[in-house]
Amino acid sequence: MALAELGLDLRRLPAPLAVWHARVDRAAWSAAPHSVADAGGRLVAVWGVDRRAAGDAMAACAAYALLEGLVWLELRLDAAEQEFPDLAATFPCAGRMQRAMADLSGLHAQGGHDVRAWLDHGLWSPGHAPLQSGAQPATDVAAGTLPAAYPFVRVEGDGVHEIAVGPVHAGIIEPAHFRFSLVGEKVLRLEERLGYTHKGIERRFTELPPLEAHQLAGRVSGDSTVAYAWAYCMALESAWRCEIPDRATWLRALILERERVANHLGDLGALGNDAALSFGLAQFSRLREDWLRLSKEAFGHRLMMDGVVPGGVATDLPQAMLDRMRKHCDKIEQEVRALKVIYDEHAGMQDRFLTTGLVTPQLAAQLGLTGLAGRASAQSADLRCDHDWPPYDRLGVKMATHRNGDVAARVTVRFEETFESLRLIRTICTDLPGGPTRADLQPQVAPSIGAGWVEGWRGEVLVALEIGADGRIVRCHCHDPSWQNWPVVEHAVIGNIVADFPLINKSFNLSYSGHDL
Amino acid sequence: MWHVIHQIVRIGIVTEPAPRVTDADGAAIERIHQDILDILGQALTIREVDAGSCNGCELEISALSNPYYNIEGLGIKFVASPRHADMLLVTGPVSRHMEEALRRTYDATPAPKLVVAVGDCGCTGGIFGEGYATRGKVANVIPVDAVVPGCPPPPLEILRGILGAVRRRQGHPTPDRT
Repeated sequence: MALAELGLDLRRLPAPLAVWHARVDRAAWSAAPHSVADAGGRLVAVWGVDRRAAGDAMAACAAYALLEGLVWLELRLDAAEQEFPDLAATFPCAGRMQRAMADLSGLHAQGGHDVRAWLDHGLWSPGHAPLQSGAQPATDVAAGTLPAAYPFVRVEGDGVHEIAVGPVHAGIIEPAHFRFSLVGEKVLRLEERLGYTHKGIERRFTELPPLEAHQLAGRVSGDSTVAYAWAYCMALESAWRCEIPDRATWLRALILERERVANHLGDLGALGNDAALSFGLAQFSRLREDWLRLSKEAFGHRLMMDGVVPGGVATDLPQAMLDRMRKHCDKIEQEVRALKVIYDEHAGMQDRFLTTGLVTPQLAAQLGLTGLAGRASAQSADLRCDHDWPPYDRLGVKMATHRNGDVAARVTVRFEETFESLRLIRTICTDLPGGPTRADLQPQVAPSIGAGWVEGWRGEVLVALEIGADGRIVRCHCHDPSWQNWPVVEHAVIGNIVADFPLINKSFNLSYSGHDL
Repeated sequence: MWHVIHQIVRIGIVTEPAPRVTDADGAAIERIHQDILDILGQALTIREVDAGSCNGCELEISALSNPYYNIEGLGIKFVASPRHADMLLVTGPVSRHMEEALRRTYDATPAPKLVVAVGDCGCTGGIFGEGYATRGKVANVIPVDAVVPGCPPPPLEILRGILGAVRRRQGHPTPDRT
């Protein structure tokens, strides 16, 4: 039992998934990553919290996933202390999260080897980190001020040249800067520069009433609005000890699976297009449009934004709609199966997919590749299968995994997950329990914490919520699986030709907004 | 190849008629298309700029290219550089980190330099508002010709906004810009 080996005084939070919380000292904080790694666990997120406004101190937090559930550790930092022991030596994915923590909360990893600013591009008010209490209101920077120069790692040698891409990209995608070092067409190194869409979401949370902040959570990353809204609501319900009705839980799963299918349909089309089969884009984008139109009819919104609300769901579905949805799943499945045959048998497309953007299972394990991309590199983790929580404990979700770790594997996992989600939706439509769809959530005017942990289409989304004595949000940390996966993309493109980058990047389809916050 | 052709024939053409623009005179799509030709003397080219959005608007803008809306069939094309664009389609809120990039993109765009702000955030700052990291609505940074509210606005509304902006510019080649 890995959990017992941690030797900590863990307190179980009231949440649908097993979540434990513990306050630890420096020794236990430093020992935890080794115990977790030895037990086959993974680091989910690292963040900082400032409670000085309430007469308390600052603290560093880390969330680990173990077989038994999520472990949320908290290290209190004394007044003068702004440093905490580094976690990146054991879990490399902590590196960027710790850099973001330094930018946002002013807490630094002791002995962290990369101390470059990450989310802060040098345009915010100097002096105070934005998530520290008493942070100054923004002062306007002069028009024409460019972000601070970023010390990219330079690759030198005969014939090495650089290509700088972004932040404004050539397609309809989110902004970021990619710096390629190449010889001829071959990529020697890619370095990502993210943070362009940083909107100050985590500070904005503290300005919103807890019962309204699910709307902000639903706009952390537009393609994962359901996953974030559910995770936020789960965290709030956990903090306020509220249990939601069965029917609401099942409907949440229904719309989460609809979100997964919508994204997979979009990606499968876009991946065809990036491999020069525009036929694939036309066909899959047609199916995605059919899918979104039914979502609009059922839930009043094509992306189902604000469909998950504190206490349950915003919309109930009548039997006639459930029947239609089930039949629609049959139709979509038939179409996707026909297109899968075409993709599988298209030699030109498979030639582009196979061995491109390779992440071996070994590298994936080392770097903590997670979610859909992780499963395509033999990292078998899926919250819907790994933990018993309603309604997935009743649905018997079959995990899709693959060993090859290339673009083709990520395409295959998408196909398989689409079929499985269609099955889940049909089952939910048939077995949906009766009863109310929303519980009354009673605001608690007392300090409390809660966690929401949901398997979104891209991977696990975590929301860690802390409510203060006045009933307002002290801290709401949102974690996107893209934090783990962005650094792996840098490895996946090494040795590929630069023209394959869009294809490789799309095969991961990571979030910029969800990462930049 | 046989499978591909079979699928294309089986599905047929699913493109729907473009929306009527609820403009003052409610001009029909054919008229708008003619307007595009009259005003620009060519097809309309658009550079999409995500200036800090949550990606929701991008999903719906991308949907304009699916066979139902078939935006290229209307002579409207998304291009890779602002230097090739007649119009910028901008989503927001404008983050401070994208502010200068947006301004430079605008500067690089040749006349007629139409700007359409898409989504509640682009129109007003939305739920994010203005803060240490955001400048709020697009009009706070560059001049805007038309806005398309919605979170995100559905593809048809975005198409209406695009066509409406072109139409409004007709006869006002250098409008008063605030």
